Amino acid sequence: MKKYIIQSIRLTLVLIVLLCIIYPISIALAAKLAKGNGSGEKITKNGKTVGYALLGQSFTKPEYFWGRPSAVGYNAAGSAGSNKGPSNPDYLKEVQSRIDTLLKYNPGLKKAEIPADMVTASGSGLDPNISIQGAEIQIARVAKNRNLSAQKVKDLVAMNTLKPLFGLFGPSSVNVLKLNLALDNL
Amino acid sequence: MNTELIGIIATFLLTLIIAFPLGKYLAKVFAGEKVWTDFLKPLEKGIYKLSGINVKEQMNWKEQLKALLTINILWLVYGFFVLIFQNKLPLNPDGNPGMTADLAFNTIISFVANCNLQHYSGESGVSYLTQQFVLMFLQFVSAATGIAAAVVLFKAFRDKTTTQLGNFWEFFVKSITRLLLPLSIVIALILSFNGTPASYDAKDQFISVQGDTVNVSRGPAAQMIAIKHLGTNGGGYFGANSAHPFENPGYLTNMVEMIAQVIIPIAMVIAFGYFIRRRKLGWTIFGVMTIGLFMLMIPTLSAELGGNPAIAKLGISQATGAMEGKEVRFGPAATAYWSTLTTVISTGSVNGMHDSTMPLTGLWQLLAMMINGFYGGCGVGILNYFIYLIIAVFISGLMVGRTPEFLGHKVEAREIKIAAIITLLSPFLILAGTAISSYVFTNYGDAGWAVQPKNWLSNPGFHGFSEMLYEVTSSNANNGSGFEGLGDNNIFWNVLTGIIIFLGRFLPIIGPVAIAGLLGAKKFIPESAGTLKTDTKTFALMTFAVILVLNALSYFPALALGPLAEYFTMLK
Repeated sequence: MKKYIIQSIRLTLVLIVLLCIIYPISIALAAKLAKGNGSGEKITKNGKTVGYALLGQSFTKPEYFWGRPSAVGYNAAGSAGSNKGPSNPDYLKEVQSRIDTLLKYNPGLKKAEIPADMVTASGSGLDPNISIQGAEIQIARVAKNRNLSAQKVKDLVAMNTLKPLFGLFGPSSVNVLKLNLALDNL
Repeated sequence: MNTELIGIIATFLLTLIIAFPLGKYLAKVFAGEKVWTDFLKPLEKGIYKLSGINVKEQMNWKEQLKALLTINILWLVYGFFVLIFQNKLPLNPDGNPGMTADLAFNTIISFVANCNLQHYSGESGVSYLTQQFVLMFLQFVSAATGIAAAVVLFKAFRDKTTTQLGNFWEFFVKSITRLLLPLSIVIALILSFNGTPASYDAKDQFISVQGDTVNVSRGPAAQMIAIKHLGTNGGGYFGANSAHPFENPGYLTNMVEMIAQVIIPIAMVIAFGYFIRRRKLGWTIFGVMTIGLFMLMIPTLSAELGGNPAIAKLGISQATGAMEGKEVRFGPAATAYWSTLTTVISTGSVNGMHDSTMPLTGLWQLLAMMINGFYGGCGVGILNYFIYLIIAVFISGLMVGRTPEFLGHKVEAREIKIAAIITLLSPFLILAGTAISSYVFTNYGDAGWAVQPKNWLSNPGFHGFSEMLYEVTSSNANNGSGFEGLGDNNIFWNVLTGIIIFLGRFLPIIGPVAIAGLLGAKKFIPESAGTLKTDTKTFALMTFAVILVLNALSYFPALALGPLAEYFTMLK
C-alpha cells in the first residue's frame, strides 16, 4: 500500500510537468502563429478594437442589422443560454414580445417570414451569426434608415454570407458584426 | 438532401474511418506489440524511472484496483485544496475567488470521476492555474484511468487461465503517451488555428460598435477543449461550453469536436475484439451499440428538426428546426446529433442547451445516460457493457438450463451477485436522488441555502421535474451535462451529486474488473456443442433485449413524470 502511495505521488508530479506545463505552453507558443496570436482575433475600426471576430455583440439601433436575442446581453465574460424549456408559458410570452418588436420596427414584415433564430436566444448568448432569412427581413429597415437602395444592402448581405463548409456541410449564415462594419464603411 | 444532414452523415463516416484503425492500434499498444509510436518508449521509460515504477511487476485484479484507487484518492485531496485556495495561488489574472468547501467537494469529485458536472462557471469561478493544473490535468488522467481499467479486463480474457493481469501503471501511462496526449496536440492545434484562444492573456475590454463596454474572458482554452472531448470529459473552459464561439468557432471545429469525443469509445470496443483474439465479438458489440445509437439519434433529429410546436402556434417560420439555445453556425441537425452523442458516451459537453430542447429530445438524452453503455465513456463504456453481457449470459443460461459461461469461464453465483449489485446501483442512485430532491423542493422551499429550493427550477411543471431528474441521472452516468436552468450551486446539490458521482464512478469500475479477475482465474473450458456463443446475432439480440428491459423497467415511471408528461401536455 505504502509503495502505491509513493508511486502515485511521484507519477502525479511527473505528469503535471508533462501535461500542465510542457503541453499547454507548447500549444500556446504554436498558436502565436494563428490569427489573433492565440488570444482571439480582434476586429479594429480606425485603429480601435471594436470587437472580436468570433463574438457577437449587441445591435439595437435601426440602422444596423440586429443579431439574435441573448440571455446574457452579449456579456463575453459570462456566457450562457436562457435554459428556458419549450413549454414554459413565460418564455413563450417573451418570444411573442420579440415577434411584436420585429413587426413594429420592420413595417411590411409578415409574421410567417420571421425565422426562429431571430426570436430565440442562442446557446452561448454570444452567437455572432444570424440566418440568411434573418438578414433578409431587415434589409428594408436598414436601407431606409441609411438612405440606401434596398439592392445595395442586399448585395452587401450576399457578400457577407458564409456558405456551408466546402459548399457541402452545415448551414449558411451571416456574420452580423462584419456586415454592420461593411455598412459603416460605405 | 440539405447540407445540414449531409454534414452529420459525413461526420459519422469520418468517425468510423478514424476509429477502426485506432482500435487495432490500441490492441497492439496494450499487448506490447510493435507499433509506429514506439519512438515514445524513451519518454515512458523516463516517466517510470522518475516515478519509481517497475512495469515488469505483474498485478492481480485486487492489486490493480488498489493502485487505481490510491492515485485517484491522491488527486481528490490535491485538487480539493487547490480549488479552495485558488485565490491565493498564482496564475489568477482575473482575480477570481476561492471556492466554497461544498462547491470544491463537488467539483473535484466531478473531475476525478471523468464526469465534469460543473456547478461553477469557467469565466468567473476558476483561475488559470485551476483550469490547467487541476481540471485539465484530471481530464487526462481520469480518461487514462478508465482506459487502463478496461485494459485490465481485456487482459483477463486474453489467455486461457490467468491471475497475472499486467501492470496498471503501464496501461495508465501508455493511455496518455500513446493516445491522449498526441491526439490532444493535433486537436488543440486545429482549434487554435481556427480561432480558439490558447494564450495566457487575461481578460480584455473593448468598446463595441454601438458604444457598449464589453469584457471578454480568454485564456488557454484550446488545450483543454482538445482533451475534454478525447477523454469524454466534457467540462468546458467557458460557461456555455462548446456553444461558446471561442470553444467551437465554426462548423469545421464542430465536426472535429464531434469526432474527437467518440473515436476512443468506439476504438476500445474494436480493440477488445482484437486484444482477446475474438474479433467477431468486438464487431458484434459494436453492432449492438451502433443500432442503439441510431435508435436514440433518429427520433432526436426528428424532434429537433420539426421545431417547437408551441412556437409554431405563434405563427413564425421554423424552416430549419428549433433554435432556442442553439447556435446558427451549427444549425439544429448538428446540435441534435451532438446531443445524442454526448449523452450516449458520457462526454457531457454541449454545443446547444439541453434544457431548451424538445421534450422528446430530453427523453432520449435521459435514456441514453441511463443505459450508459452504447459506446460509453473512455474505457468505462466497455466496462458498463460488460455487465450487461454478464447479465445476458446468465439469463440465457437459465433459459436453456445450462451453467452460464463467458469466453470459456463458468459464470457462478459470486460474479452474478456483483453484476446484479452494479446493475441495481444506477436505478437506486437515480431514483432515490430524484426522490430526495423532489421531497426537499416540495417541503423545504424556504431552506436558507445559497439558492433556496423554491427557486431551484427555472421552468415550471413537468419540465422542472425533468431538470432535477436530469441532474441526478447525469451525475450517476458521470456524464456532466445538465438542464442548466437548475440552480445547482448550493450545499444540497453539491453534496448530493458529489456522492452520486463518486459511487456512480468507482463501483462500476470495481465491479467489472473484479468479475473479470475472478473469471480469468477459473479453469478454461474449451468450446463444445453446448457452449453459448457470445458473438452471434442471436446473442446480440439477447443483450439488446436485456438492456431495453432492464432500463425500461427501472426508469419508465420517472420518465413518464418528466419529459413524457410535458410532451403530451404540449400536444393539446
